[in-house]
Amino acid sequence: MPQKTVYTASVDYLQILDEHGKLDDKLARTESGKPTLADEEVLELYQFMVKCRALDEVAFKLQRSGRMGTYPQNKGQEAAAIGSGYAAKRGVDFLVPCYRENAALFMHGLPMHYVLLHWMGDERGNQIPKGVCQTPLCIPIGTQMLHAVGIAWAFKMRQEERVAITYFGDGATSEGDFHEAMNFASVFQVPCVFFCQNNHWAISVPRESQMASETVAQKALAYGMPTIQVDGNDLFAVHKASKEAIERARAGGGPSFIEAVTYRLADHTTADDARRYRDATELEMWQGKDPLIRLRKYLEGKNLWSNEKQSALDDAAKPLVVEVVKAAEGIEAPALDDIFDYTFAELPRELELQKRTLRTSSLGQNPDQAGLQAQAEHV
Amino acid sequence: MPRTDQINQKGLTLVDAINEALVQEMERDPRVVILGEDVGLNGGVFRVTEGLQAKFGAGRVIDTPLAESGIMGTAVGLAMAGMRPVPEIQFEGFLGPAYDQLVNHAARYRTRSRGAITIPLTVRVPVGGGIHAPELHSDSPEAIYAHHPGIKVVMPCTPYDAKGLLASAIRDPDPVIFFEPKRVYRSYREQVPEEEYLIPIGEAKVVSEGTDLTVITWGASVFQCLEALDKLPEDVSVELIDMRTIYPIDLDTIVNSVQKTGRCVIVHEAPKTSGFGAEISSLIQEHCFLQLEAPVQRVAGFDTVMPYYKLELEYLPDATRIEEAVTQCLAY
Repeated sequence: MPQKTVYTASVDYLQILDEHGKLDDKLARTESGKPTLADEEVLELYQFMVKCRALDEVAFKLQRSGRMGTYPQNKGQEAAAIGSGYAAKRGVDFLVPCYRENAALFMHGLPMHYVLLHWMGDERGNQIPKGVCQTPLCIPIGTQMLHAVGIAWAFKMRQEERVAITYFGDGATSEGDFHEAMNFASVFQVPCVFFCQNNHWAISVPRESQMASETVAQKALAYGMPTIQVDGNDLFAVHKASKEAIERARAGGGPSFIEAVTYRLADHTTADDARRYRDATELEMWQGKDPLIRLRKYLEGKNLWSNEKQSALDDAAKPLVVEVVKAAEGIEAPALDDIFDYTFAELPRELELQKRTLRTSSLGQNPDQAGLQAQAEHV
Repeated sequence: MPRTDQINQKGLTLVDAINEALVQEMERDPRVVILGEDVGLNGGVFRVTEGLQAKFGAGRVIDTPLAESGIMGTAVGLAMAGMRPVPEIQFEGFLGPAYDQLVNHAARYRTRSRGAITIPLTVRVPVGGGIHAPELHSDSPEAIYAHHPGIKVVMPCTPYDAKGLLASAIRDPDPVIFFEPKRVYRSYREQVPEEEYLIPIGEAKVVSEGTDLTVITWGASVFQCLEALDKLPEDVSVELIDMRTIYPIDLDTIVNSVQKTGRCVIVHEAPKTSGFGAEISSLIQEHCFLQLEAPVQRVAGFDTVMPYYKLELEYLPDATRIEEAVTQCLAY
């Protein structure tokens, strides 16, 4: 037969909890019939979600009141971060984020004030504590996925049962590094999960203008990678798909791709005004799909939640956020010496000279020059 | 790869010495892995990694897909996770796609994480002209990388120095770009100790001592300088310095020499403007102003695109241009 089909494929979509809080009981179970998330887990995750939203709103206010620099709100994407983060093993699996999945990072042990420190212009927000398995926020788009592949590769080389999960947006899948990372991951079958938060907007460019493909998930097909599109505002779907992908990777099944369809309810960052390019009706439509609202409806429907409990949670979130802000604002000023001391493990001589003299003397470069030494020391 | 008696008699080439350093570092430290295009089965396009895959396996000497950013970016991740990757970029002209990962990630991570994450990787890159290669196979971009804080730039030109410096680079806790002057790969042999040894990064070498003038150079140009020095009258005493490391710069060796001689000619293949010679020249005027007897001279590539190879020997500094500059500087 001179002409035949050599490749066909399709992409599944998974939703378990719809926007009205209705759960598909069958899909919410594992193959053995056990719920993928027990009630107490859902309760815990919901409360964590509310706290993360509270911090996100306060972070926005900190910027508006001049107490913090530019900040990219996470609002609306909490289910994607928490569902996937919860599926990974804390202290074992490695998170490689961009900057709109704070909740996953907190869940894996990053002190909450670190994120504020980062956006307050302080590198100590990137000084990931020992034992916390994650890289700092990554500002350039799409570059971090290759790091995740390298980390996962190291796990595979050392035969450790660990997985790397990397986060990025729909826009990042236009970057060359995305394709190189996907290709390396699949060629070398490393334990890496690619988690795309398709929030529909890359600053002002909508997904439809960003790519001609119908879904983001199908891009993984070209790399022979298991792929799925999930409702990214559905904690259950995100968690189930993530768990499957992570455990497949852990068992030696190689990388997977997850497209979590979600929505950026806020501006790109505090420096952006989405009203310039985004239709108000679209925003309203997505506000109705807010992951917090549907999870609360679900819990209320199961008599696991009430207005009283919500008030108590909101009340508890306030002092928590105050403490986080206090920790970020209360830290001592950074030392200028740090920028010299952390350039290399050992300070090179020329840099040591700059550290010693440049701040106080324009002659800092040549304190040893005969005739000028005395002057330099005097200054 | 095994040192035959014949090789021992004639000495090692630059290629042999680098290969030997890689073998010894891989034997010493299981965290060392090599990755790049054609580095495995084929032993590298210059055969620098010849025999390594057979010896250490395809899991440690890895043929990667053809993607420089992918090579550098995964090497960054490997380093983050505690490995000691030694990626190879096949030619310096193909560093462009890897630049972002090297400069914006590898070089910045220690600082931006305040020491929580470090990137001990050594990227090996054949560099420079003179081998009749195609386009974008002959450039000298060392100054670009020296300009970026957080990365060390090494460019040895002899087999002995290359072996000791590569071992130091692989053991270094920070990213190192290790440039290998491809013009010298097989054109020069010397006796190299079989046992491992280290040459510290950041130390220049005084190739020949002198009192009248200092010539500062690195890479393949060292050999053009030696040729030029041979042409000078016997009563002229020139001190020749091979930088070996571009950054961190060995200020002391430069300053001590120029304070003694009062005259200096800097030679490099890279374009003159903003070449690393400009930085050295500036440091000399900062530190040796009162001892200078003549303006510092530079013999460099021109501020043009590196020509195709029919013109490359006219572009690259040769013994005639170097000798002329030395003579003029002495006469000033």
